[in-house]
Amino acid sequence: MDRIVLIGLNHKTAPVEIRERFNIVCLDSRVPLSDLARVRSLKESFYLSTCNRMEVLCTTPKLDEGINAVVGLLAEIYGQTGAALKPYLYIYIDQDAVKHLFRVACSLDSMVVGEPQILGQIKDAYRRATEAKAPGVVLNRLLHKSFSVAKRVRTETRIGSSAVSISYAAVELARKIFGELQGKTALLIGAGEMAELAAEHLISNGVERIVVANRTLERALALARRFNGSTVPWEELAEELRKTDIIISSTGSPELILTGEQVRKRMRARRNRPLFFIDIAVPRDIDPEVNRIDNVYLYNIDDLQGIVEINRAERIKESARAEHIISAEALKFDTWLRTLEVVPTIVSLREKAEQIREAEIHKTLTQLDSLSAGEVEAIHVLTRSVVNKLLHDPILFLKRTSTRPRKDFYLDVARKLFHLDEDQPETEQGEDQLSLDSDKAS
Amino acid sequence: MVNEPLFLLSIITTVLYSVGTVGYLIYVVRTDLVIHRIAYTFLLAGFLCHSTGLALLVGQIKQMPVTTLPQTFSLFAWAIVGSYLAFQLKFNIRIFGTFVSPLAVIFMLLSSAIPSRIIPTSQLFKSFWLTLHVTTIFIGNAIFALAFCAGIMYLLQEKQIKTKSFGLLYRRLPSLETLDSLNYVCLTFGFPLITIGLISGFVYAGAVWRSIWHWDPKEILAVITWLIYAVLLHERLAVGWRGRRAAIMAIIGFSVILLTFVGASLLLKGHHSFRFG
Repeated sequence: MDRIVLIGLNHKTAPVEIRERFNIVCLDSRVPLSDLARVRSLKESFYLSTCNRMEVLCTTPKLDEGINAVVGLLAEIYGQTGAALKPYLYIYIDQDAVKHLFRVACSLDSMVVGEPQILGQIKDAYRRATEAKAPGVVLNRLLHKSFSVAKRVRTETRIGSSAVSISYAAVELARKIFGELQGKTALLIGAGEMAELAAEHLISNGVERIVVANRTLERALALARRFNGSTVPWEELAEELRKTDIIISSTGSPELILTGEQVRKRMRARRNRPLFFIDIAVPRDIDPEVNRIDNVYLYNIDDLQGIVEINRAERIKESARAEHIISAEALKFDTWLRTLEVVPTIVSLREKAEQIREAEIHKTLTQLDSLSAGEVEAIHVLTRSVVNKLLHDPILFLKRTSTRPRKDFYLDVARKLFHLDEDQPETEQGEDQLSLDSDKAS
Repeated sequence: MVNEPLFLLSIITTVLYSVGTVGYLIYVVRTDLVIHRIAYTFLLAGFLCHSTGLALLVGQIKQMPVTTLPQTFSLFAWAIVGSYLAFQLKFNIRIFGTFVSPLAVIFMLLSSAIPSRIIPTSQLFKSFWLTLHVTTIFIGNAIFALAFCAGIMYLLQEKQIKTKSFGLLYRRLPSLETLDSLNYVCLTFGFPLITIGLISGFVYAGAVWRSIWHWDPKEILAVITWLIYAVLLHERLAVGWRGRRAAIMAIIGFSVILLTFVGASLLLKGHHSFRFG
């Protein structure tokens, strides 16, 4: 039987210099996929690469040969020997491989546990893989299963329900203040990296306009261009408070940039529409007094960090429940995998019986041409039910065989007993999935 | 004279409202749509039962059911639940029910706790103007009860965001913006209703007593209530009073309504006092 193998590296096993190598290779070509397809010892394959991980998932009839081939190929991409790469790699086989894939899809293996992007990345990688026809019956089923497991984990646990990064926490708060962010304006004061990240999240959550204020105009212009926004002169910063809703401040300024009085004065012109200040600068940019003004909310970096810590702790608690779901689903997948070996035998058994039945019916009907259509139908029904009743127990036996340790023996006996292997080809007309499998095998 | 079927209906109504309220309270702890649906259904069933009871009562006494204090409380509970059900259909803020349904139960319990005696029918209570007065005042006040609940929800949520300490309710309560606009919607529906209510009251008083103003404590309080909401609406439209201040005003406004409604009837004397005992 084919083995499922997963070979990969992630942020825990490999430093960024190695991870980025694979990421670059993956981004500018489809080389790994086509290379994998050319490896003869592999039947099916799937390749995933993100900034934090690289995973090769494949099935192979010969375990050692398959693993060596994949490691060799990866070493080639990395431009090193297999031995140099091996310390960074993990290799999972069968159940462990299945579990690992599920954990990755559910974002339990991510740097930030519960982050939602990874599932989308797997789906993209899977789409590319199917375009290259790399996965077959087993991997198709396995990947689809991983999507549904991820969905189940997401709905049944609270692993992804709370923000665990500062910028997400800020967006979540903004939504609790403003409701929908559609049509809102955000003002970036200073141009720190974290501010940029927060602005990105705000935009993807509906914020419409970004205005940038920075002491150096070039940087302001560059940022504004990036977000398709506008700039405002540093001196008119306070005036901008009339028009904006969310302020993200991250300057390196040693003194306060906006005082409570400046903000208070503008609230009337705003007709008291809420203002949300996110002050991620150290030392702080915004006067803490601002938080006392009605309809004004101020969060500094520590406040946001506090929310993130609480949410992280909750996610870790929830991940135990997710692991439980994953183990159960991996077991289910294993059961399915085992029936797969039995299925071709059951299919050929049914086909043989049907062939015999049709041949005999044909013989009989050519002799009895006076029968009415109803009577012909009755004979069909009769013979079909005889065949079905007769096959019922052997098929049930075969299905149960799938979980027996000596299933190969039983399968062999069954095929010999019903003489399934000599005069007719095995399966082919089975379900689509099966024909795919035998295509690859042949 | 105790009317058996009416008494039974009012008990069933109270029980249905109470079960609905318990459901809504459970919903706070376990955010489960099924629990919300059950609670909502109980409230709806209670409302239908309540409506039947009120219709029978009106059929019997042939006038608005506001002749005794228990009737008044019961009618007010009915108006609150009715307006809540309508708001829920429109805005679907599920946690709202957790705050509104206890109010209905309180008024139902008050209604049954106070002994009632149906007084002989008085010609005074049969007039178009009086019917209009009672209907608009009750629905308007019920909508202000909703604004009161929205105000409390706003203050709870705002406090959590301001002080940066997040409890169970933080996740459950909607955004400040939603709660504030809920307050505003209540104001825009409630204010015209109580305005009509006041005017029709004056017209009725003018017709019956030949003078529209009697320095009756309830009249004075009612005008104060109207002024509070008038100020709130005006400031909101003119300078943008919103959020915390609007929430506090809605709470104060409803407190004055309660004082008008309960306090003035029980403690003060005047032609608006509901007879009981």
